[in-house]
Amino acid sequence: MILVVLDHDGNRLKKASLEALTRARRLGEAFGERVAGVLLAEEKAPLEEARRYVETLYTAVLGPYTAERWAAGILEAAKGGAKAILAPSSRQSRAYLGRVAYALKAGLLEDTLDSWPEGGEVHATRYAYLNRVTQRVKAALPVVLTVKPNTTPLAEPLGGEAEVVPLAVPEVPTVEVLERLQEQRKGVSLTEADIVVTGGRGMGSAEAFRLVEELAALLGGAVGATRAVVDAGWRPYAEQVGQTGKTVQPSLYLALGVSGAVQHLAGMNKSKYIVAVNKDPEAPIFKHADYGIVGDVHQILPALIQAVKKLKD
Amino acid sequence: MKFVAVIRQVPDGESRLRIQGGRVDLSGATLILDQMDEYAVEEALRLKEKHGGEAIVVGFGPERTEEALRTALAMGMDRGVHVVHEGFADPVAVAEALAPVLKEEAPTLVLTGGQQADWDSQALGAALAEALGVPVVAWTTALELEGETARAKHDLDEGAEWVRVRLPAVFTTQQGLNEPRYPTLPGIMKAKKKEIRKVEAHLSPRVVLLSEEIQEKARLGKILDGKDPVAAVEELVRLLHEEAKVL
Ligand SMILES: Cc1cc2nc3c(=O)[nH]c(=O)nc-3n(C[C@H](O)[C@H](O)[C@H](O)COP(=O)(O)OP(=O)(O)OC[C@H]3O[C@@H](n4cnc5c(N)ncnc54)[C@H](O)[C@@H]3O)c2cc1C
Repeated sequence: MILVVLDHDGNRLKKASLEALTRARRLGEAFGERVAGVLLAEEKAPLEEARRYVETLYTAVLGPYTAERWAAGILEAAKGGAKAILAPSSRQSRAYLGRVAYALKAGLLEDTLDSWPEGGEVHATRYAYLNRVTQRVKAALPVVLTVKPNTTPLAEPLGGEAEVVPLAVPEVPTVEVLERLQEQRKGVSLTEADIVVTGGRGMGSAEAFRLVEELAALLGGAVGATRAVVDAGWRPYAEQVGQTGKTVQPSLYLALGVSGAVQHLAGMNKSKYIVAVNKDPEAPIFKHADYGIVGDVHQILPALIQAVKKLKD
Repeated sequence: MKFVAVIRQVPDGESRLRIQGGRVDLSGATLILDQMDEYAVEEALRLKEKHGGEAIVVGFGPERTEEALRTALAMGMDRGVHVVHEGFADPVAVAEALAPVLKEEAPTLVLTGGQQADWDSQALGAALAEALGVPVVAWTTALELEGETARAKHDLDEGAEWVRVRLPAVFTTQQGLNEPRYPTLPGIMKAKKKEIRKVEAHLSPRVVLLSEEIQEKARLGKILDGKDPVAAVEELVRLLHEEAKVL
């Protein structure tokens, strides 16, 4: 069995889950293993949608997310003899799969760009050294693997409805969730967006991000932020791009009033095209930019919004 | 009480990386105590200062890792344990090598960085927690001890939460948890005399590193003067539309 952790937002499967399925099916075919899904939920899960993508669907409603509960749920599903466990990569998945991989003494391949069967093992490529190096790695079965979003074609439904197998997940020692600080995120998800518009400290204020939002919406993209901006409380942490934030790889990355610190670059240096706007011609970001404007973001951004509107008309 | 920080030595993010025989060659790079692990060291020191006890730094890596252990000792950690291992190892293998040391030390809590700046792994804390059979709090930004438990704030993929956890537990650190202190000169002098116990790593790597290559994407570097914002922006949009074809 190849087991796929189907990540979702309570209503829909995440696109990244369909990418993980594509990867899983490739391994399933090569190793002659069926592909099963595991759908874990705090309360609500997109059960009907998930049933269309796999042959067997293990499910459990576990209450507030903790790495321990999720690991326990996956280990329970894996008892059906999982040769490989795949999940969309997120920082949460890397926490619970770190436990799962240790429990199964399996090779853990994190944040893979691609993966394929070879000689009875699983090979994969992934970034290392703060996204500056591409590694090729391999592991024997059983393997645990996370799939970097936006790397893989989306799986199509199978045309049937999977048998649903409720899991009896044992109680495990875990953290007690006291308070969830939800962040309201509008629009496209950051890691899946094809265009990311990021504002840095050079934006000057939280209010100035209204225009960043406007441009992102106009382009059908997502808003990103630097750590400096998150620390200032101008934007939520969920929007942070970088070493300790999210890693993005869109076709177009706009960095507005961003200096280009290595820890920020680590989150976006693989973007296809990078555009920088900074008033300082010496700002390091320009060394990593395809296109740039040396100027005041408060003048450039409104003009940019107008020019994009004109193009769209 | 006993507070353990698990650390590694990594190249400074600014240093040039070279490839030699299909592997990253660090001989020309500046090597530092991983900045994410620095938060772990600082937090261990603060916990000890507040609650008393001992602060121990445990390092995993080749001989040179001793430098990073000395840095942590110079910051104020009491003693070090160096689990010596050459070359790449996956998080499950690293956790396997560290588990006996951690079990023997039986710490009140264990801290380590949220992500490694060389292998870009985020799983060591979780793997360690599994090895010790205790909960993990990933990406911690606030931490307080309350008797037998800790109250912590940590980041999720979306948002954050406050949790309470029975100790021992493993915490992975995140920027925002604290501001790491610099080693002082007296600290550096004292560190030279502090104990670092060497332990040979016992592990079975499950992930094999086949090759590494540097992929610094060549950038176009077309930088426009924005003195006339409207003209500059129109040119930019034209380039993005016609040349890059991303708009
Ligand atoms: C372990 C560790 C992890 C980290 N992780 C992250 C991370 O995940 N993400 C992250 O972003 N950072 C991270 N950092 C912080 C990082 O080092 C930088 O401090 C941060 O990226 C700087 O953000 P900034 O570019 O917005 O601000 P600054 O460095 O202050 O740069 C602001 C820029 O705006 C320009 N500017 C100012 N006014 C204007 C104007 N009117 N018009 C145009 N330009 C203007 C300035 O010239 C400057 O270049 C981390 C640091 C450490 C130590």
